[in-house]
Amino acid sequence: MDAQATYNYKVVRQFTIMTVVWGIVGMLVGVVIAAEMVWPQLGMDLPWLQFGRLRPLHTNAVIFAFGGSALFATSYYVVQRTCQTRLFSDRLAAFTFWGWTSVIVLAAITLPLGITTSKEYAELEWPIDILITFVWVAYAVVFFGTIVKRRVAHIYVANWFYGAFILTVAVLHLVNSAALPVSLTKSYSVYPGAIDAMVQWWYGHNAVGFFLTAGFLGMMYYFVPKQAGRPIYSYRLSVVHFWALISTYMWAGPHHLHYTALPAWAQSLGMVFSLILLAPSWGGMINGIMTLSGAWHKLRTDPILKFLIVSLSFYGMSTFEGPMMSIKTVNALSHYTDWTIGHVHSGALGWVAMVSIGAVYFLVPKLFGREQMYSVRLIDWHFWMSTIGVVLYIVAMWIAGVMQGLMWRAVNDDGTLTYSFVESLQAMYPFYFVRLLGGALFFVGMLVMAYNVFKTVSGVQPQDAPVAQTA
Amino acid sequence: MNPEVIFSSAFWNWWIIALTLANILGCWWLISWSAKKVPGEAAVGEVTGHRWDGDLQEYNNPLPRWWLWLFYITLVFSLGYLALYPGLGKLPGLLGWTPQKQYQEEIAAAEAAYQPLFARYAQVPLEALSKDPQAVKIGQRLFVNYCAGCHGSDARGNPGFPDLSDHDWLYGGDPRTIETSILDGRNAAMPAWQEVVGDAGVDQLTAYVRRLAGLEANANLAADGEALFATYCAGCHGSDAGGNQTLGAPNLHDRVWLYGGSAASVRESIAGGRNGHMPAHREFLGTEKVHLLAAFIYSLSRQ
Repeated sequence: MDAQATYNYKVVRQFTIMTVVWGIVGMLVGVVIAAEMVWPQLGMDLPWLQFGRLRPLHTNAVIFAFGGSALFATSYYVVQRTCQTRLFSDRLAAFTFWGWTSVIVLAAITLPLGITTSKEYAELEWPIDILITFVWVAYAVVFFGTIVKRRVAHIYVANWFYGAFILTVAVLHLVNSAALPVSLTKSYSVYPGAIDAMVQWWYGHNAVGFFLTAGFLGMMYYFVPKQAGRPIYSYRLSVVHFWALISTYMWAGPHHLHYTALPAWAQSLGMVFSLILLAPSWGGMINGIMTLSGAWHKLRTDPILKFLIVSLSFYGMSTFEGPMMSIKTVNALSHYTDWTIGHVHSGALGWVAMVSIGAVYFLVPKLFGREQMYSVRLIDWHFWMSTIGVVLYIVAMWIAGVMQGLMWRAVNDDGTLTYSFVESLQAMYPFYFVRLLGGALFFVGMLVMAYNVFKTVSGVQPQDAPVAQTA
Repeated sequence: MNPEVIFSSAFWNWWIIALTLANILGCWWLISWSAKKVPGEAAVGEVTGHRWDGDLQEYNNPLPRWWLWLFYITLVFSLGYLALYPGLGKLPGLLGWTPQKQYQEEIAAAEAAYQPLFARYAQVPLEALSKDPQAVKIGQRLFVNYCAGCHGSDARGNPGFPDLSDHDWLYGGDPRTIETSILDGRNAAMPAWQEVVGDAGVDQLTAYVRRLAGLEANANLAADGEALFATYCAGCHGSDAGGNQTLGAPNLHDRVWLYGGSAASVRESIAGGRNGHMPAHREFLGTEKVHLLAAFIYSLSRQ
């Protein structure tokens, strides 16, 4: 082995910077559509500014652009560091960066133009889907190729989760995006009716399970023990919750289709497997948080660790909330309300964004050859803005959602509905406003981060770190 | 849905049962197996001996007991639920529950609770009912939930959807006609005249129709339009343009415009035609609820 061998940090740097950029873009669109919910006239009668066009732009930008870039950056970093070898192929890795970034740019153009398959979280039309497939295959080759050429005997737990995420997302994308094109910008799903709905939510919930959970658990398993300087709490627990998590998540999709045309047996399976998911999900939270035992005092001084640990708390909370909402009687109240939006954001902002932000603050100085971030104080500011922002957001949506659920089902003595839909909408104004405040606070935190990252990296000629020698 | 028709062959039935049970029992095996100590493994508080990237190590602490119990409880609950409710292939579940049955039971309970009230109102003639504040109130609640989407929560209409609070009626405003409109719906058909009368003809008719309503329009064009109107429009709208409620053809003398009275809107209506559609509610709401709705609508134009 060449003594001068280095890790490929270039692609990690690219994805890390784009994580911050896409985070700001995606969350800005989120703030705009949150404002449109309070002041609908903000759409200004322009088709591409309407909520219906911008909402998929927001979800795609935060999940696939921000979250995706964070996953690419950290998985490339972690797989190299824990396999103690350079990435399998620099050229394929570069292709994944430029390919993925092109997908995002194409999404940002087509979605506001109204070009959409109308399948949630899979809105992009077929030519973009094909590009995604190529990028993803290249990603799998780079990731698993690096695992194969690793110079340590055991595969580190973070890589199990990243590996499961990459494999499963490939399967989900291929199956759900199967469509018949009728023109360059329009295609129709190959599945009919209720089957299409089932395939869509099998995809949709596993996008949550594997993209937003397994992938980010991989991130957690590297950055939490690294930042805490402590060994993982339990190897045994990581084995158990890994296998239980990836096998049960596959079944949970039908809970999105309770009380619909989906056959009853499928709805039941969706519910019971969602309940079974509670323990495997919490396994990850326990392993992360207990890793800190013996190092709790570090939380007082280390805002990066605060991001990581609070993200695990939100993870635990939303993976408790999820199974509860999948129970049919609870779902009868919560479905179609803003409670679901709150639940998604406690996962997306509280868990996914905060663990990614912690990882980015960990990575940036190392990737750009700095001791630490330009300002630790600003990280602390960012932490509090994010935390307060998420709490405002989800509390507003809890109240709004439960209120909607109760108003929609309220009936008078004569059996007529007590409230019209418009009345329930009118009751939402204060909560939509608080949601906007919470989202805006989280967004401003991202701007603070961008400034901090910019000051840290500007004027630096970054070097790649040498590959660690194995004992 | 009958579970028999969901599975196209017996194989898929058994396939689902086998996969479901394999996954649940597999989880059971996984946690009971890994909760046991393995000879020679790292003791509590000791690391496993693996090391990555310098300082990454792992303890091998036992699974937290409360967590194990939580896991077992969800597994037991799931097996119980799948025994009682449909879930294992096409097995119906011991309780015999189906969503269809639950729906029918809830509908039957609602019928039993509310039917007498509606039946009583059904006996009251519409004119009298429209003066009963309680009945009008019920009609209004029905209106805001079933009609407001198109006609607006104040019943004052939207472009293409008539204002129900004024005194102008496309099909007639007597109680029976209102009730018929709601029960059986209405399909309006204003043909497109562009191909027949050409651009110039549409302009002339537009001017004429606007002049009828006393709006600003070119007098020369309008004069030419009058002849065209007599040829093509009078058949439905009447030679005096007073409309025809049998056909739903509007009176063109007033300033009530279903699709807008601007020159551009009137032009669009003439050139491209209009196809208003009021859905039928007989099957959906039933005659008794429609009776109350009609009373509410009728009361609006009496105010």
